Amino acid sequence: MQVPKVVEIKRIEEESPTVKTFIFDWKIEGEKPGQFMMVWNFKDEKPMSISFIDNVKNEIGISIRNVGVFTEQIHKLQIGDKLGLRGPYGRGFDTSGKKVLAVGGGIGMAPIVAYSEEASKMGVEVHIVSAASTMDELLFSDRIKKSGAKLLTCTDDGTHGFCGYGTDLAEKALSEEDYDMVVSCGPEIMMKKLFSMVEKYKIYSQFSLERYMKCGMGLCGQCCVDDEGWRVCVEGPVFWQDEIRMITEFGKYKRDSSGQKHKI
Amino acid sequence: MLAAGILGSTASSLNWAGRSGAGAVVTKSFGLNPNKGYANPTTVEVTGGVINAIGLSNPGVENFKCELEKLNKSVPAIASLYGANPEEFSEIATRVEDYVDALELNVSCPHAMGGCGSAIGQDPELTREIVKSVKKSVDIPVFVKLTPNVTDIVEIARSAADAGADALTMINSLGPGMRIDIETGNPILNNKFGGLSGPAVKPIAIRCIFEVYDSIDIPLIGVGGIRNYEDVIEFLYAGASCIQIGTSIMYDGMDIFGKILTGLERFMDDKGYDSINEMVGIAHK
Repeated sequence: MQVPKVVEIKRIEEESPTVKTFIFDWKIEGEKPGQFMMVWNFKDEKPMSISFIDNVKNEIGISIRNVGVFTEQIHKLQIGDKLGLRGPYGRGFDTSGKKVLAVGGGIGMAPIVAYSEEASKMGVEVHIVSAASTMDELLFSDRIKKSGAKLLTCTDDGTHGFCGYGTDLAEKALSEEDYDMVVSCGPEIMMKKLFSMVEKYKIYSQFSLERYMKCGMGLCGQCCVDDEGWRVCVEGPVFWQDEIRMITEFGKYKRDSSGQKHKI
Repeated sequence: MLAAGILGSTASSLNWAGRSGAGAVVTKSFGLNPNKGYANPTTVEVTGGVINAIGLSNPGVENFKCELEKLNKSVPAIASLYGANPEEFSEIATRVEDYVDALELNVSCPHAMGGCGSAIGQDPELTREIVKSVKKSVDIPVFVKLTPNVTDIVEIARSAADAGADALTMINSLGPGMRIDIETGNPILNNKFGGLSGPAVKPIAIRCIFEVYDSIDIPLIGVGGIRNYEDVIEFLYAGASCIQIGTSIMYDGMDIFGKILTGLERFMDDKGYDSINEMVGIAHK
């Protein structure tokens, strides 16, 4: 039933000055990286990517960047405090491929780290481009290394790793190595650029989109994308590149809570 | 038809419903000005359906016209409108008349703000004035969507019909209802109350259609909890000439239109019906 289940915060990981991961006991029944949960703080409810899945200990984690009223309130919570969770929702990342380039920008790294752990476990060779504004904001580096994936970092200000955008580092990786899959989550402007690269290199790819959501269960239509009308909460949030080609608003605009369009 | 309020806030999703087998599509309700609606949670599942308090979020009539322009018109499109008074309804109706095939007046939303929605549909006089005013302003057909939350549905149906409504859509969501989280004691919906839709409301919708069919002479559009072709047949037998699908899209996705059409055709073949018209009102014999 699509009802929030109230759970206690079991652990909190401080990932960066602005990002925390909240971990809960949760019976894992097929939750996949790339899927999301609706998170209820008893005042508002927002979609958040699953960033951690442990199907042995039955734990789930979401990572939240503090950017507004909702996230500020959650950032103040302590271990033992409660939140409502419902989900998982949507279509997650497909873990096929032999050698995969995974590109995450900013908080878009949340599903990418979960993907990296699952894909590596299945024997996929994963290379991660982890992009952040500055060194302190690089996310999940320890978990990525532990998963066995190769970590390539880049920062806008050059304080760690490659100096420049994630797309620049991804371009370099694509030209040097033979990947048979690319997965990505991050700012749409970044993914738009990456999309044109993978079209050039003709590699299978998957992109995780974000749109304003209300119901999260495929009813309200708030997150439908042009021109096919697909619901990001059901048909997405992860789309294959042949679907992205049909999403004409990709990289161009998105709608707010009233349905008015805004440029990306 | 795709019912109002389920997807339908963009041309893309309306065109998708048309492609999937809907015979017509109804837009999400829109008003004069952009409206964000209520904060989340706006929907929560309950036994037999969903309660929602989206709060009539919409980008306003002028922005919505940009969506209506992109309708591919593979099937007729019906614009669902809301307002607080006859002038507002007529103003919106006039502005979109050229973009759609018919209008559906939402005088029945149970979680609307500022005197809109079921506050109107529970008042036969105000309903009559609004329908009259809109009918005077436009030449396309005008449907009126009624709320079941009245003592006598026939009275309100008669008001709308007398004022010139071309068809009546029944029913909007029921209630409002409420759901409370038992761990914390919090009402789950941000608005606390929300309209109930889904299979639980179907028997009430059938009864409303049955009652109104007996006393009103205009076509009835049945909506409320339809999940399969058997449900559709019940609505037809009660007196509906066509039906709308809403909440079931949560359970079955857009495939539901095709599934229902296949089942209905098979049923009609088995029973020897040549047209839907032969089935309308059979329960009244």
